Amino acid sequence: MAKSIKIRAKAKGGVVTVKALMNHPMETGLRKDKKTGKLIPAHHIQEVTAKAGDNTVMTAVWGGAISKNPYLSFKYPGGKGDSLTLSWVDNKGNSDSMTTAVK
Amino acid sequence: MNRRTLLKRSLAVGAAGVAASAGLLAPGQVLAAYPTAAFEAKDTASALSAAVGSGSYSDSADIKIKAPDIAENGAVVPVTVSTSMGNVESVTLLVDANNSPMVGSFDLSKAEAFVSTRIKMGKTGNVMAVVKSGGKLYANQKEVKVTIGGCGG
Repeated sequence: MAKSIKIRAKAKGGVVTVKALMNHPMETGLRKDKKTGKLIPAHHIQEVTAKAGDNTVMTAVWGGAISKNPYLSFKYPGGKGDSLTLSWVDNKGNSDSMTTAVK
Repeated sequence: MNRRTLLKRSLAVGAAGVAASAGLLAPGQVLAAYPTAAFEAKDTASALSAAVGSGSYSDSADIKIKAPDIAENGAVVPVTVSTSMGNVESVTLLVDANNSPMVGSFDLSKAEAFVSTRIKMGKTGNVMAVVKSGGKLYANQKEVKVTIGGCGG
């Protein structure tokens, strides 16, 4: 699952704009399986953390109401060459992270 | 920032730092901070008080919510929140018409006051953005009409 995150980070005027896409089913736990009629158990990302070097610049807590294959964009004060790491943890304890250099 | 939130913050940051430096994120540690009650709450006021500690807020036009007036597909509604306010600590997104209104919360105390994502909406309702700035809560809302729901099947 090493490739579940895609990140683009661009610096302009001291502000880094981060755009990220994650691959995740984001099941709410309210949807029913059409064949069996049973509820599909909830499976969604709970925590997203972004770090520039060792400093946490953004954290988010999510519920099942974030769309499937989530898109996230945010800005933080930083510059070119920052090493940006984005990681997520879901409600089943799975996690993934991805590091990129700010352009 | 008062002493209590400062303590909480530094503890949380410390724990995250330890987990990362050990090269793994222990789920137990991370989940301890997850506001389950907020996501299980069935109305916006209780979701808000569980997420940010208070259900009372003042309306503010300084919060800009960019979302479509009509969303054809409720499963993917792009929402962008930005504000000109200073000292923004967090942005919390809620949809009042959803089964559980809490969508997510973003800690932006070290970032710019801007966040963009895509959310699910079960039916037509208000997207509400609550901004915590200087320990106070400010909110703005925008109605989004949904033609096909995104929750339930």
